[in-house]
Amino acid sequence: MKVMKKNVIITVLLTCCISVAFGQKYLTRTGQITFFSSTPLENIEARNNEVAAIVSQQGDIVFQAPIKSFKFQKELMQEHFNEEYMESDKYPKADFKGKIDNLSSVNFSKDGNYNVKVTGKLTIHGVTKDVSEPGTIIIKGNDITVNSKFSVATVDYNIKIPALMAGKIAKSIEVTVNCILSAVK
Amino acid sequence: MTLMLSAGSQQVFAQSDTSDNDLERMLDADKSATKKSQFVSATFKSTHIVNGQSIENVGKGVLDFRILHRFGTLNTGSENFFGLDNAITKLALDYGITNWLMVGVGRSTFDKEFDFFTKIKLARQKEHKAMSFSVSYVGGLYIQSLPASTFHLDTGQTYYFSNRVCYMNQLLIAHKFSNAFSMQIMPTHIHYNLVDSSKNPNDLFALGVGGRLKLSNRIALTGEYYYTLNPFSEANDLPVHNALSFGVDIETGGHVFQLIFTNSTAITERAVIGQTNGDWGSGDIHFGFNISRVFTIVQPKEFKNSRNKIW
Repeated sequence: MKVMKKNVIITVLLTCCISVAFGQKYLTRTGQITFFSSTPLENIEARNNEVAAIVSQQGDIVFQAPIKSFKFQKELMQEHFNEEYMESDKYPKADFKGKIDNLSSVNFSKDGNYNVKVTGKLTIHGVTKDVSEPGTIIIKGNDITVNSKFSVATVDYNIKIPALMAGKIAKSIEVTVNCILSAVK
Repeated sequence: MTLMLSAGSQQVFAQSDTSDNDLERMLDADKSATKKSQFVSATFKSTHIVNGQSIENVGKGVLDFRILHRFGTLNTGSENFFGLDNAITKLALDYGITNWLMVGVGRSTFDKEFDFFTKIKLARQKEHKAMSFSVSYVGGLYIQSLPASTFHLDTGQTYYFSNRVCYMNQLLIAHKFSNAFSMQIMPTHIHYNLVDSSKNPNDLFALGVGGRLKLSNRIALTGEYYYTLNPFSEANDLPVHNALSFGVDIETGGHVFQLIFTNSTAITERAVIGQTNGDWGSGDIHFGFNISRVFTIVQPKEFKNSRNKIW
């Protein structure tokens, strides 16, 4: 009986250790994604602080950005963004599902900055594209910070820009991801 | 003991099975608890449907400069350029103090009138709810500034300032049925301090109905009708008709152009609703347009450290 108890404890401990090592997930619902469109006529910036993101230690990544949560400096731009460009009633969120390519170079149990390459499917405005972008993961205790900066071409995602506005909206939009995820208990 | 070990290993297996689908499910599952219901936006393109107010406010810190024109009637013929030879003009500045409180001031040609209004959001329609409505209150104040000499006063009679003033109370109740179609009803009360005939009531009650149908993301058809319950028997010595207006909204970036056809020559509510003389049936139709240009005066505070300077 005594041996049995010991074994139980060992098993439980082992299970815990293994699940920490392999199964740990990090999650946030208040991640930030900003985008910046720069042309000689006009710069446009929008910020979204309601991004949901989840990262597992197996290297799986899911990001979801509700389109209506992008805030603009000019209120009317926000309305046009939703009504005319992103059609957010039809396509309420943009998402990314992918994997960390170089998972072996990330040590989740050791604090530090790790450069990663992430490959997966990015869906914006109902159009899904395969993408592969660089980023960094900063590990600090139970929190990880995911940073990435990449460009999105509006034409790739079937976002129509009328000729009249072509001078004011960049063809390629700079997207910045800055999300702090906490370990899921 | 073997049993326990296998249970343990099963747990390891379950934990390590984190495909994207599982992660997505985790995000979705948790969201149901924290999901807040969103308010409907963009029920109408502009703060006005045609002549009257719509449920829309300008945002906090946004100034809307409006230029409004109503030409003469189409049935005045080619010698009057189908009405374009004479025009009623109004210039207006509307400003959003908060996202739910908007004020405006305007000056129009008709009766040399100054007008002031305040529009307050009382309720906002929620998404995916059939019985949810947006409700706003509009309070209007109208002061005509015609010279007293135009009123043919008897000697010794004074024309008081208060004679020049009208007030309006209006409720806007709107519902966005779909991305393309919105409707609004407008119970309205107008008080005229002085009417030009004892047969005309000082307090006028009307019920308006307005709507919008989007043809594309940037072009929409609008319409507006005010039914007066106790109409004036006459205004400007002419019979009075209910106001009926149609418009096309065209949006180009920061501007909204509204091209309109209406039987009202005036632009402010007290004159449109109570004192419209035109008759659609006999061709008393005025062409006109509204141009709206918005300026962001106060930046949202989230953008204080933005690298994009809008000034």
